[in-house]
Order: sequence, then structure tokens, then C-alpha cells
Amino acid sequence: MTGAAMKEGAVSDVNPNPNRPDPIMTVDGAPFWRAANEGRFVAQKCGGCGRLWHPPRPICPECRSKDRQEQPLSGRGTVISWVMPIHPPAFGFDQPPVVALVEVEEGLRFVTNVENVAPQDMRFGMKVEVAFATTRGGHKIPVFHPAKEG
Amino acid sequence: MVDRNSQAAIVGIGQTEFSRNSGRSEQQLMAEAVLAALDDAGIDPKDVDGCLTFDLDHSDEVDLMRNLGCREIKYTLRTPQGGASSVTTLVHAKKAVESGFCDVMVVWRAMNERSAYRFGQPNLQIQPNGKSSTFIEWCMAYGAQTPAVWEALSCGPYMNRYGVTSEDLGRIAVLLRQNAATNPNAWFYGKPITLEDHQNSKWIVAPWLHLLDCCQESDGGVALVITRMDRARDTKSRPARILGAEYAFLNNHEIISDYYEGDLTDLEVSRRVTERLTKAAGISPRETNVAMIYDNFTPQILRQTEGFGFCGRGEAKDYIRDGHMDLDGRTPLSPNGGLMGEAYIHGMNNITEGVRQLRGLAANQVKNVETVFCASGVAGAILGL
Ligand SMILES: [Zn+2]
Repeated sequence: MTGAAMKEGAVSDVNPNPNRPDPIMTVDGAPFWRAANEGRFVAQKCGGCGRLWHPPRPICPECRSKDRQEQPLSGRGTVISWVMPIHPPAFGFDQPPVVALVEVEEGLRFVTNVENVAPQDMRFGMKVEVAFATTRGGHKIPVFHPAKEG
Repeated sequence: MVDRNSQAAIVGIGQTEFSRNSGRSEQQLMAEAVLAALDDAGIDPKDVDGCLTFDLDHSDEVDLMRNLGCREIKYTLRTPQGGASSVTTLVHAKKAVESGFCDVMVVWRAMNERSAYRFGQPNLQIQPNGKSSTFIEWCMAYGAQTPAVWEALSCGPYMNRYGVTSEDLGRIAVLLRQNAATNPNAWFYGKPITLEDHQNSKWIVAPWLHLLDCCQESDGGVALVITRMDRARDTKSRPARILGAEYAFLNNHEIISDYYEGDLTDLEVSRRVTERLTKAAGISPRETNVAMIYDNFTPQILRQTEGFGFCGRGEAKDYIRDGHMDLDGRTPLSPNGGLMGEAYIHGMNNITEGVRQLRGLAANQVKNVETVFCASGVAGAILGL
């Protein structure tokens, strides 16, 4: 990989993107974002058959139940794709974010960010664990950090 | 299968100029493109009784009728999925005229996406709603805010598994720009690029998309006129029959943000369309003479070339490097320069090029064209004389 932008973004605990946009919340997606704001990374769990769904939806496609519950997720996952938006810069991001597709142990996939990593250290198949980033409006949203060894 | 007399055909194609600033309304672009297509067909605008476009277009059916003076529309439709719907329009237009739902269907796409709103840049007005944009809820807060980012994230697993390099993508860009360079209608007429130019162009989305892996944003309008072959006898231009047109929409699959289901290195939707299309048209995409494949970003060419059966999985980069899609290759790819080289009218200008190739009137005319394949990921059509 080349380009100065790829080499910036040293690992740090400082919020690299304090101007990150707040989540857009729809009626059906809001429970996910509200849980995150309370520091919980959850999936929608069907009250009828127990299956997990993401993105959330009002009706379970397996059993038609409208009973939506919450399942805390392990927060452990694998990077199955990642990119860095360089031009135009992502709105609200002072540093180019690592945008990733993470598949969690429970089998669901999430569009997210991997933080606390230098872009040149990003790998397909990398193990990551959930963390929380703060948006400009003070919302907490799930992101991921490289998994600690062991 | 319908008999030849009742078969749908594209009998008119029309367009405005392609530019970075049209200087007039999208409504006007729509009307100019549709009128040009009707003039090409030799059909009176008052006879239009069906019209069709796809989502994200801002022009209105009421205004289309006001500009054309057509009396009564019997069939209208707006299909989902943005540009992936470009070839889907042929599926519906074919069925609409063959069933007699309407007799003269116009299809249009007309936008000022460069001068009015920069289609490729983060759009904070976009909302998660029924305009193929519900995925925005899950992307915006993470900086996945543009088509290039959504595409790059979805192509990553394919690129990684098959070891596709940036040079592999660059060869596609070079090919398309080479075709555009000799097409006076193309925005990039007279402006070919080298692989070095591609490699030196700035990152749009690392580590996959350089600037020259992305189509440009264009102002402009394109339109088609579709009717049955029995009616097409009176038309001015040679009809391009729609031998087959199929599309598929699969559960838990999104379009450009297709992240949630199954093996992301496989374009299952294209394979399914290919099966049905081959049956309907009587020939497969691979057996056609020209391939017009939706090229918003270079990785799409690789994935669709495989999905529609031109070569095996993981083989597309070699298939292209070996020249099979060159202008003098087995199945030339987008002789107009495609969306990358000619203009980005959301796939519609690739369909008009397919028709020109059949008529024998294209700028970069391929010899002895009898059939053309048009594809936009979820949809495929085979046109023939
Ligand atoms: Zn259920």
C-alpha cells in the first residue's frame, strides 16, 4: 500500500474522530443504537424462535413473531473486509477511518470501524473485539479494536 | 417464448450531450432524450402509452407527459436498486409491450449528478428509506458514505481471495479509456490513459480503488423506445429485438452494500440470471458478440464477467489480461468506453451502445454483430437483430 494517508493514524487512545456523525436511527434500528449508547453490543433476538438478526427488522422471517428481544453479543469477531476512504474525506472524520465488515462469533455481520490499529497492520481474517466510540453528539456506537492476545 | 412478431424490440435510442454541467433542468434533459429517442424511432410522442425509470431519478411522469404531449399512459413503473436497475428496465419494458399492457414504452434516465449534487460524494440529505437506501443507517456513522466506499468494502473479499492486484484493475480502466478515446460521443474522447496513469492516480478508497477505477459523475439524459416487432415494421431505425431479459433479487442481499449474506466472493445473483437468460434467449451471454457490462467501478467488471459465465471464478483478471475483452477479442467489452469512458448515465448509455452495435453504426464498430449482452449486476439482457 502507498500514500501518505495510509501511514498516518498512529495507534492512540485519544478519540481520533470527535466529529464523527451521530447514528441515523430508524424506528426499527433504534434499539440497537440505544443499547450501544448504554455500552452494550447487542443483536435483535426473536422472542418466538430465538434466532438472531442484523440488520434489525420488525418481523422474524423464520417464525413471523413480532416479539423483539435483545441478545448481548460476545463482541469477538473477524475482519472479513476493510477499506479506508481517502478522497473525498469521510464526512465528520478528521482521520480517515478504517471501515470494516466484521463477522462476529454469533455469525452476524456489521459495518463498523477498526480503531487502535495502524492501517498498514490491517489484515483480512484479523481477530477483533468490540469497543465503543463517541460521536459528535455524545452517542456511543460499537467499533472494534484488534483482539488482545490470548 | 413469444413469436417474432410479438417480440419486444428497442426501436429508438436518444440522448443529450454528456457533460459536467448541462446548464438546464433534469426535466429538460429527460424530455430532450425521450424526444430524441422517439424521433430516432419515427414514433409520434403522442403515441407513448408507457413509461419507466428507476429510483434516484428526479423527473416526474406528469412532466414527461406535459413535455411530450402524450394523451394517456397505461403503464408506469419505477424500479429499485439505482443503476443496477438499468438493464432491469428492459425486463419490464419487454413484458409490458409483449403482454399488450402498453404499446409504446419509453425508458429514461436524466440527471445533473455532477453539477447539481455530486453523486459520488457524501450526501447528508440521504435518509434510510424506500429509495434503495435503508442501508445508510448502518453505514453513515462509520464513514461508509459514498458509492466508492460501499463498493470497495463489498469487493474486498473477492480481491483478497483471488489475489487481484491494482494493476489487474488498471488494465480494465486502460481498456475502457482506450475505447472511449476513439468515440467522439465520449466524455474522455481523445484521452486514453496508461497503466502508469492508473497507478499514479490518487486513492479514492484504499486499498482497492484509485481515481481511475471509478466512473466519473456526468450530467445528461438517455432514453429508449420499446415496442413490439409488429409495430416496429413502420419505425425508422433497425429494431434491436430483446431476445431475453431477466433479473433476480435475492434475500438478504443489498446492491452496492451487499455485505450480509453468504460468500461475498461469489456473484450468485448473476449466475441465477444467466441460467434463466440463456434459456429465454436461446444463447448464453458468453456466446454474444459484444458485452456491455455495468462499470461504475473496475472490480464490478471482474465479478460480473465471472457471474455471467464468461470465465470461471477467479479467472476474470487473466481473461481480461489475455485480451478476450479487447475491441478485437472474443467478446469486446463496452466499445463506447463504458460508464468510465463515455459517461455515467447509470448504465443506460451502455444499452444505447448495444443497440448501435447491432445497427452497425457505432463509433468503434465491432464486425458482424448479431447479438449483444447487456448487464447491470442483478439483471441481464440479450439483444439481437
Ligand atoms: Zn423467529
